[in-house]
Amino acid sequence: MKRFRGFVIKEFYHIFRDYRTLLILFGMPAVQLMLFGYVLTNEIKDAKIAIYDPSKDVVTRKISDKILSSGYFILERNLRSVTEIDPVFRQGDVKLALIYEPGFAQKLEKTGTARIQIIGDASDPNTANMLVNYASGIISNYLVSMNSEQVPLQIIPEVRMMYNGELKGVYMFVPGLMAMLLMLISALMTSLSITREKELGTMELLLVSPMKPWQIIVGKVFPYVFLAFADACIILVLGNLVFGMPILGSIFLLLLESFLYICMALSLGILISSITNSQQVAMMISLVVLMLPTILLSGFIFPVENMPMIMQVLCHFMPPKYYIIIIKSIMLQGNGIGYVWRETLILMAFTAIFLGISIKKFNVRLT
Amino acid sequence: MPHWLYSPGNMTVTSENIITVKNLVKKFGSFVANDRLTFEVKKGEIFGFLGANGAGKTTAIKILCGLSYPTSGELSVAGFDIYTQREKVKQNIGYMSQRFSLYDDLTVYENIRFYGGIYGLLKKEIDSRAHSLMLQLGFESARNKLIRDIPLGWKQKLAFSVAILHNPKIVFLDEPTGGVDPITRRQFWDMIYEAAHTGITVFVTTHYMDEAEYCDRVSIMVEGRIAALDTPDNLKQQFDAPSMNEVFIKLARA
Repeated sequence: MKRFRGFVIKEFYHIFRDYRTLLILFGMPAVQLMLFGYVLTNEIKDAKIAIYDPSKDVVTRKISDKILSSGYFILERNLRSVTEIDPVFRQGDVKLALIYEPGFAQKLEKTGTARIQIIGDASDPNTANMLVNYASGIISNYLVSMNSEQVPLQIIPEVRMMYNGELKGVYMFVPGLMAMLLMLISALMTSLSITREKELGTMELLLVSPMKPWQIIVGKVFPYVFLAFADACIILVLGNLVFGMPILGSIFLLLLESFLYICMALSLGILISSITNSQQVAMMISLVVLMLPTILLSGFIFPVENMPMIMQVLCHFMPPKYYIIIIKSIMLQGNGIGYVWRETLILMAFTAIFLGISIKKFNVRLT
Repeated sequence: MPHWLYSPGNMTVTSENIITVKNLVKKFGSFVANDRLTFEVKKGEIFGFLGANGAGKTTAIKILCGLSYPTSGELSVAGFDIYTQREKVKQNIGYMSQRFSLYDDLTVYENIRFYGGIYGLLKKEIDSRAHSLMLQLGFESARNKLIRDIPLGWKQKLAFSVAILHNPKIVFLDEPTGGVDPITRRQFWDMIYEAAHTGITVFVTTHYMDEAEYCDRVSIMVEGRIAALDTPDNLKQQFDAPSMNEVFIKLARA
């Protein structure tokens, strides 16, 4: 135990004397959270639109007013002819164009139908899709209010978004960011610190000493459990104070699950360092093999359900996916362990598998 | 005679074997790195383990230190079996690698304390040994300096001192004099003699043939086998060569 303490103290010296690492460790969560929270938002505000309204009657004015007062759109230009549509999109500012047919109100009154064309700039497909949906939603709302006196039979869906009523992006980013950063810090930092000892040759000295290999490994990853845990707390507190991310469920369970996830990531870091002897390779593996899939395949940003079958299967092997499911469930739905026990078990299994392979690799290396 | 020139006939050498190796074989796939090595090292001896790069020296020293498993053969180090009593072996040996491995971002004292700690020395012992070490090496001023800020020669001496901090029975030195100037090399051999005088057996690999002359006995490895093993004087006689360098060249060409 005394040996172990000395070992851990040494490890903390390494960490605290390396200002750059420290800065990354504690600066990164804050910076990333701010970046994701403020910059990478997929809520739409003040998208510029162009309107071509040849009839300029009561109805078209009303519809335009509704759209422009929704907060989603601001008017960039009134078009004078249909031929202006293409150039105005090419200039790049305008994201949506609204075209009324001539004699809109008259046609509506006589035939009961009038047409509006909504044109989106699909060079940015997600935004275009959302804008088109917003606009057609506003128009159909107006239609419903217009008809309410005349048509007796109506089905009016009343939509309520549960658990994230305002569809805030930050509710998605905080869990995803925790999954990503904890993975990065735990796996990257441990694999770097172990391979550094291999590069320096001090690993040989440790292995020649009476310390057992598992004691060496545990001693090396032990400090990172604390650091990663501190980071998890930073993200949670910032997410809560700055972005109003709720924690409806038990904080204790949340921290416990985070601890499990950290252990999983640490064992992955150990596995990486058992594969390679160089810090550079360890860094490459951590960044390329861990970061990208964590961002892309964990449901962090892109919903797993929309992916092709093969990708979906691949997603099942991404541990962060389960962590994100768990903490979303705890934070947003206030669920207890009864709802997330399956994901918890899966994370445990991942941890055991990674550790198992590392031990095996380690033994092979010794022969 | 300058005091660093060690007189042949080490008074502390005994007839007791501290390392016994019988038919040590180490294969990597079909490549045979160590081919039926058989030798003994006497307690208190300075045993030189010579050979060209790639002759199998490092493989053998790693097996003796427990860093690697032999394919077959009987080995006993410090009186303990290398297969079954690994932990006992580890407690009784020290090891210094060719890279003088110390932690760059720890101070001289912190390195000593760390290595003392992993061998289970008490803080009191570590402190008193660190103190006498500093005096002996003339490092008092460097006690709180980071390793990265001290000269290579100091690092080398410190790495050796750390390797024998826990008073091992045997210390393994894997090319301990690479990359340092001739004066520092001589001073380093001084330290080796001092350690040998206190009864520590020294097992040293090198490819500087002048250093072979400082050893009580040397073995010369060629392509995984031990091609010769005797005292430097006997080897020179046997091969009719004026220096160990000549002996080595004759062996390597044979």
